[in-house]
Amino acid sequence: MSQQTLDPTGSRGGEATTSPPRAGRPGGTEPVVRRSWRERRAAWDVRSAPYLYISPFFIVFAIVGAFPLAYTAYVSVHDWSLLGGQGDFVGLQNYRDVWANPYFSKQVVNTLSIFVLSSVPQVIIAVVLAGLLDNQLRGRTWWRMSILLPFVVSPVAVAIIFGSVFGDRYGLLNELLGTVGIGPISWHTDRFASHVAIATMVNWRWTGFNALIFLAAMQAVPRDLYESASLDGASRVRQFLSITLPMIRPTMIFVIITSTIGGLQIFAEPRLFDETTARNGGSDRQFGTITMLVYDFGWQLRDLGRASATAWMLFVLILLIALVNLVLIKRIGSLGADK
Amino acid sequence: MTRRPGFLVYGLLAAFVIGSAAPFYWSFLLGSHTAQVAAQGVPPLLPGGHFLDNASRVIDTVPFWKAVGNSVLVASVCATSTVIFGTLAGYAFAKLRFRGRSLLLAGVVATMAVPTQLGVVPLFILMSELGWTGTTWSIIVPTLVTAFGVFFMRQYLVDAVPDELIEAARMDGCSQIRVVWHVVGPAARPAAAILWLFTFMATWTDFFWPFIALPADNPTVQVALNQLQSGFFKDYSLVLTGATLATVPLLILFVLTGRQLVAGIMQGAVKG
Repeated sequence: MSQQTLDPTGSRGGEATTSPPRAGRPGGTEPVVRRSWRERRAAWDVRSAPYLYISPFFIVFAIVGAFPLAYTAYVSVHDWSLLGGQGDFVGLQNYRDVWANPYFSKQVVNTLSIFVLSSVPQVIIAVVLAGLLDNQLRGRTWWRMSILLPFVVSPVAVAIIFGSVFGDRYGLLNELLGTVGIGPISWHTDRFASHVAIATMVNWRWTGFNALIFLAAMQAVPRDLYESASLDGASRVRQFLSITLPMIRPTMIFVIITSTIGGLQIFAEPRLFDETTARNGGSDRQFGTITMLVYDFGWQLRDLGRASATAWMLFVLILLIALVNLVLIKRIGSLGADK
Repeated sequence: MTRRPGFLVYGLLAAFVIGSAAPFYWSFLLGSHTAQVAAQGVPPLLPGGHFLDNASRVIDTVPFWKAVGNSVLVASVCATSTVIFGTLAGYAFAKLRFRGRSLLLAGVVATMAVPTQLGVVPLFILMSELGWTGTTWSIIVPTLVTAFGVFFMRQYLVDAVPDELIEAARMDGCSQIRVVWHVVGPAARPAAAILWLFTFMATWTDFFWPFIALPADNPTVQVALNQLQSGFFKDYSLVLTGATLATVPLLILFVLTGRQLVAGIMQGAVKG
């Protein structure tokens, strides 16, 4: 009974009046003392619980997220060897060294090229695929599961599998191209071809996943919009372009931003695709990426200072491109509104 | 209005599904032939009988069982702890009033944009200071709880638990943690299952950090796969058997839970 008075927030104080005689009874001191202790404990419980519950995330993030973020900056302005540890403060020298390294600009271009080749077709195909799935299909769940299938394969396994499909001499793809009279393409040595091959791996794994995200957005589009459009005589394709696409723009932004963050960090695919013994992106780094350069500086040249500087430059690049994306999407959106 | 699809829609979808499934078959196909056959390009399109031979070669070449054990351990511990801590934090952000709540939540979301690469150098230094380099601790600890997990549970719990229910439980004298256990936990179960699956898959397929932190004799499955193919001569039947073996556990998980996974992706998308 008395438990009803225990609500320490007092928000339901009114309902505690079911036992008013207690308050006016000074005789029993013992229950009063016990109650106030329990009240205090309960009040503490309410005040501390939220912080207690969110603290694991912030503790882990402090250790593996915030601290490394700041510490990377600290390491990047020092001479810092993998084995010897911290050395002298060198200011921006590591950044200058990385910037001057001929592989840096090459691998930035590679990363951007692979990123564009993977994200642009991926978003387009995913949207079309979602449009196809946004029908009254038989066996809907089955179709949805089937397109998600590649998502369970790790980037490492994807790279191994596609590495053999894109084999230069005996690969499946070159054999197939040979049957239609196209000469073998050197997927591993030609710069552009290698970018296409790596982008294909990324697209294979992620297109279905993104299609499901688009599908979810499409299903939230009010159906009566389509009804009135078709009454006005708009074709399916026309409806897709004029209703569906504008309505799913927020989701579009979400997918483009996340694929930017992921795409610019690409590492496993190009590394496992590489058949040279050094494994840092082909014989002439024709498909080496920025993340591979971070690894190369840090764990092969054992220079953690330069590795950190490279990592920071990658971060800035990611922010820049995310920003460009946002501006671009806004532009496209306002153009659509003008019509 | 019913939008009944025609043959074109089914045809295009079927083509896409075949494209999705074909690399699986290709991987198994080359894995089922001897190294000599696999080295000479496209083998007969029916599987040969050498898959088990190749599998035993994989097990001899890399510490395979150790890798599988490590991956199972790391992925299930990380998935379970992400679900527990994600539910607690998600509940706090969704339902409890406290100072700094919206700022802290914005902080959680913002951390999702920080790339792993940025932290990898200091994380490595930190792990060697702690003496964890080379052990699975170094893989487990950074993934104990993720921003995505917190945010995902928060989004779900905002609507899934009615405020009245929590208030009623409090009125009955439940402490906060008992509210979580008896009210929030059961309500969170569908989202928790999806988050568990997602985290398990993400941890199982992760490569960059384990590759840096783990030595050759104590790998995860992905790191072991990398070792398989680092020889001079590329033995495709060997590495593709390895790739197949590394994928089978997730494939089984996917077949059993694909329905929930699809629902989870679609639900998270609308709310996110």
